[in-house]
Amino acid sequence: MTDTSTTSSTSSPLVEIRNLSFARGNRMIFDGIDMDIPRGKITAIMGPSGTGKTTLLRLIGGQIKPLTGTIKVDGIEVTELSRSALFQLRKRMGMLFQNGALLTDMNVYDNIAFPIREHTRLSEKMIRTLVTMKLQVVGLRGARDLMPSELSGGMARRVAMARAIALDPMMMMYDEPFTGQDPISMGVLVRLIRELNDALGLSSIVVSHDIEEASSIADNIYLLSGGKVVAHGSSEALHNSGSEWAQQFLKGLPDGPVPFHYPANDYAEDLLSTGNSK
Amino acid sequence: MLNYLQHLGASGLSFFQRLGRAHILFAHILGGIPSMLPRLSLVVHQIYSVGVLSLLIILVSGLFVGMVLGLQGYNILVDFGSEETLGVMVSLSLVRELGPVVAALLFAGRAGSALTAEIGLMKSTEQLSAMEMMAIDPIRRVLTPRFLAGFISMPLLAAIFSAVGVIGGQLVGVGLLGVDDGAYWSQMQDSVDLYDDIYNGVIKSIVFGVVVTWIAVFEGYDAIPTSEGVSRATTRTVVHSSLVVLGLDFILTAIMF
Repeated sequence: MTDTSTTSSTSSPLVEIRNLSFARGNRMIFDGIDMDIPRGKITAIMGPSGTGKTTLLRLIGGQIKPLTGTIKVDGIEVTELSRSALFQLRKRMGMLFQNGALLTDMNVYDNIAFPIREHTRLSEKMIRTLVTMKLQVVGLRGARDLMPSELSGGMARRVAMARAIALDPMMMMYDEPFTGQDPISMGVLVRLIRELNDALGLSSIVVSHDIEEASSIADNIYLLSGGKVVAHGSSEALHNSGSEWAQQFLKGLPDGPVPFHYPANDYAEDLLSTGNSK
Repeated sequence: MLNYLQHLGASGLSFFQRLGRAHILFAHILGGIPSMLPRLSLVVHQIYSVGVLSLLIILVSGLFVGMVLGLQGYNILVDFGSEETLGVMVSLSLVRELGPVVAALLFAGRAGSALTAEIGLMKSTEQLSAMEMMAIDPIRRVLTPRFLAGFISMPLLAAIFSAVGVIGGQLVGVGLLGVDDGAYWSQMQDSVDLYDDIYNGVIKSIVFGVVVTWIAVFEGYDAIPTSEGVSRATTRTVVHSSLVVLGLDFILTAIMF
């Protein structure tokens, strides 16, 4: 079994992706991409809807396997791990799902205590202290007895964040953390991601298409489109880059390298056609 | 014609793929049973939702099925002057057949559908994925306790169904139609055999419990994570469980009796 407790050199990237390809059916999601996620930084993965940003997080977490290529997390090749070794590695990863994915039959307190109870033999008193500390970090100590159905979308994500850091992971993966949030919740989440990253010494990957928010906290941005990394660099560098992809995405232009029209036959031909096709 | 054959082939492949996945899941669930021993509270909690919450429908149905058996049995037996054997007819019908089978059908409709919907919704709301990312195996944490709860609850529910049915038969036969109370119970005691009748009925209900719960948890776990997918999976649980219970009942009856 692979030893998942080893830590590679602190100067090397935390996540190294090389020549990664992944397809769903006949559709190529990633076509030989390379990526480095540095330690201690926040890296944003951005791109239009359907470019496989969430899929990338699932590949890094070992939930799905690539067609080809390698994914190393802290020097460990994820694609070759046995199930138990993968679970050992995942104890050092935290992931925030788009809708929080809180366990709906448990209250806020039990949701955060859940991974601690499952993986440790700590006393209930100790667990209570830990959960209270995590809740204080996300500002929801007063909501410990609420059920997930009683939480707003933003609160649910903050509880999910507290749960994700319950075991003090080395890295956090955020899947569309800002989607559907009001400006106040958005601000809270942006601040929390930055503060958690810096205070806990995490390395964070934020998947998002909220340009302003993601750019404001990301040290490093990867722009994905058409199965490739189309631009990469700091927020400033991308804004100033000559890349058409970067300009279209960052300025929200409706047409460009990502076309407005879905590929189709010639328009005039289509209008005049009286054939069998609809 | 070629399209038809292609469709037939694709359906066959899909069926065997699902069957394979169901068996792999079953093996994982069985593998997780030892890990449940120190965590019996999880199983007890599920026995409450799967078993205790099914009690009402089992009690009411058992009572009415017993009452109908008493009524129909009396009308048939009285023609032969053997209405004193009503207790034997009611009890053997219930213990050998109706108890395990009807209880299993009701269990599939009440608890099986609930299990599938719950697990399917956990999948569609990414709760199962979240568990995996927390390094917690959802098969062991979610599916195994539910499977064990179904396995334990089903024979108990079938036994309760049969017991209440016997009382229902007595209420109608003795209370309304005038069959002798002593004959009702004593003939039953003489004719119902512990091994041939009761044990075989219990074995049937255990088999039905395993199969219905297996189908329910598999359908939930394998559901397409959309509202339509969960709805279809829930329907499949009830339909497939009912058909399998009836088919297995015939096979088991042929072997046992």
